[in-house]
Amino acid sequence: MDLSIRNLGKQFDGFPALDDVSLDIRSGELIALLGPSGSGKTTLLRVVAGLEQPTAGAVFFGGEDASHLTVQQRNVGFVFQHYALFRHMTVADNIGFGLRVRPQASRPPRAEIRRRAGELLDFVQLSGLEKRYPAQLSGGQRQRVALARALAIEPRLLLLDEPFGALDAQVRRELRRWLRDIHDATGHTTVFVTHDQEEALELADRVVVMNRGRIEQVGTADEVYDAPNSPFVYGFIGESSTLPVRIEDGQLWVQDRTIGLRAEGAPAGDGTLHFRPHDVELLDGCGGCIAGVVVASRRVAGSRRVELEIGSAGNRVEIELPADHRAAERSRIAFRPQRWKLFGDGGEPLPHAGHAAQPKAMAGAN
Amino acid sequence: MSLAGAAGWRFSKPSVVPGFGLTLGFSLAYLTLIILIPLAALLLRSASLGWPQFWAIATDARVLHALKLSFGASLLAALVNVVFGTVVAWVLVRYRFPGRRVIDAIVDLPFALPTAVAGIALTTLYAPRGWIGAIFAPLGVKIAYTPLGIVIALVFIGLPFVVRTVQPVMEEIDREVEEAAATLGAGRAQTLLRVLLPGLAPAITTGFALAFARAVGEYGSVIFIAGNLPLKTEIAPLLIVIKLEEYNYAGATAIAAIMLAISFAMLFVINLLQSWSRRRYG
Repeated sequence: MDLSIRNLGKQFDGFPALDDVSLDIRSGELIALLGPSGSGKTTLLRVVAGLEQPTAGAVFFGGEDASHLTVQQRNVGFVFQHYALFRHMTVADNIGFGLRVRPQASRPPRAEIRRRAGELLDFVQLSGLEKRYPAQLSGGQRQRVALARALAIEPRLLLLDEPFGALDAQVRRELRRWLRDIHDATGHTTVFVTHDQEEALELADRVVVMNRGRIEQVGTADEVYDAPNSPFVYGFIGESSTLPVRIEDGQLWVQDRTIGLRAEGAPAGDGTLHFRPHDVELLDGCGGCIAGVVVASRRVAGSRRVELEIGSAGNRVEIELPADHRAAERSRIAFRPQRWKLFGDGGEPLPHAGHAAQPKAMAGAN
Repeated sequence: MSLAGAAGWRFSKPSVVPGFGLTLGFSLAYLTLIILIPLAALLLRSASLGWPQFWAIATDARVLHALKLSFGASLLAALVNVVFGTVVAWVLVRYRFPGRRVIDAIVDLPFALPTAVAGIALTTLYAPRGWIGAIFAPLGVKIAYTPLGIVIALVFIGLPFVVRTVQPVMEEIDREVEEAAATLGAGRAQTLLRVLLPGLAPAITTGFALAFARAVGEYGSVIFIAGNLPLKTEIAPLLIVIKLEEYNYAGATAIAAIMLAISFAMLFVINLLQSWSRRRYG
């Protein structure tokens, strides 16, 4: 089922948790809502489920305006971060709950409910645990039961609120792959909330990056990582370094030196240069480069992370070097970002940014 | 776990805080001194009667009636408290309204008030000429000086037991559990009956047991409102006092021993029920 969110707004005591949010999700898509805490991602999910009432806007299920449907009528599967299992019921009773509370006319017979619960348990790979109580299960098992319970009602939409947030790293990775398989097998339109970018990028068809109640960018993992459209997305997804620069004559300048990056068409004035620490090339001589003094250096896994102080203004950037690079303290290193992006003071992307806009310059550098 | 399993059942599990032997010894000594010795004295004293005499007292019509009234009224009052105490706890936990703290404090008043004061106040209210009694008198309903009055006094003193045992457990209920029930299609009544109340059942049973136990032993507040007519509104604790005043110590302890036996049996069953439900729900 298609899900369409139109101009949603939600105020909490005058504080806007959601601010004019619109989003279209195609049937069968697996969507991640990604953002820092307080970005409104959970609120958005709860509004879609009907657990919160929006102060503005509407939610459409397929072509139907669902805004006036109650939680019960919406028939969405919702999985909570802390499982929210019914602790006085067995695993099988938990899974069958949604069927047992149906009105008599549409309620399957007891034996049928038991059979369906058993089937779903097999499906989530917990066969044989029907008689257990939630307290007797591990965290990962509980979340599987919670998902089976949500699937039992044959939901029109599957919503998961930080489903792996309470689990340890190993189980998270395992369940992540498993959720992808479940999604592919059932074909439910699925939206999950996470603050873990790795989880979002790996799992989702499209990632919705949220910040302060607004959607910053919607795109595939490649799009949000390679072509972030705001300083926030650049900083939030993956590692990034920033450097304040001046734009003059289609060139970027740090103080009185040009750094060898061309920005034709960008309006003259101040801006901020964003680049990934690992997307840099080291230069020997410096005719048009960024040069700085090493102030700190750390070994991180297979590479060395070096912090440079650029110019006399004391701006610091981080770059990644091969692990065998000595990068002695106070030594001078010159480099040039290979892919980069320029944002204006207001956070607006400026034209002629990044490698795509300058294939020739980059070819020369390579 | 596997280690303990291999070694079989052990008296105590190794723990960070030592002193199992000391604390167990102290607990047993203390319980013996404060509870078991007096109870044993009670049983000894009633045993001095001899079986035929004991049986004569136990089956005396006046005694039987008093026991029936005491346990019956206590049971009724505890049941009333279970219902309304749970509602009061719900309101206190779930809603924020002006005066909530005051109401929270008022719940404890029956704990703090001398029971005689409560008895006199209730009698004044429910007597045929009292504020509330006057409303019911024209309808032919007498409250004070009837078993109904006794139940009302017992409801009064038992309420805080239910509220105070249910309240903390209710506070622990995760809102998400209710929301989960709603997303699965359960209406409000279904969520309440199938999800919330079963989770509260152990706490409610405890509250019931406490309110019931307290009501069985209650004396001060009841004797004022009961009217104390033998075979009508005479409760067992009062009968004990009457026997004591007649210097019939053996008779008094006999009734006490019967009450003790019944109370113990009931509390034991309630405890069994609870440990059973605890094993299930973890």
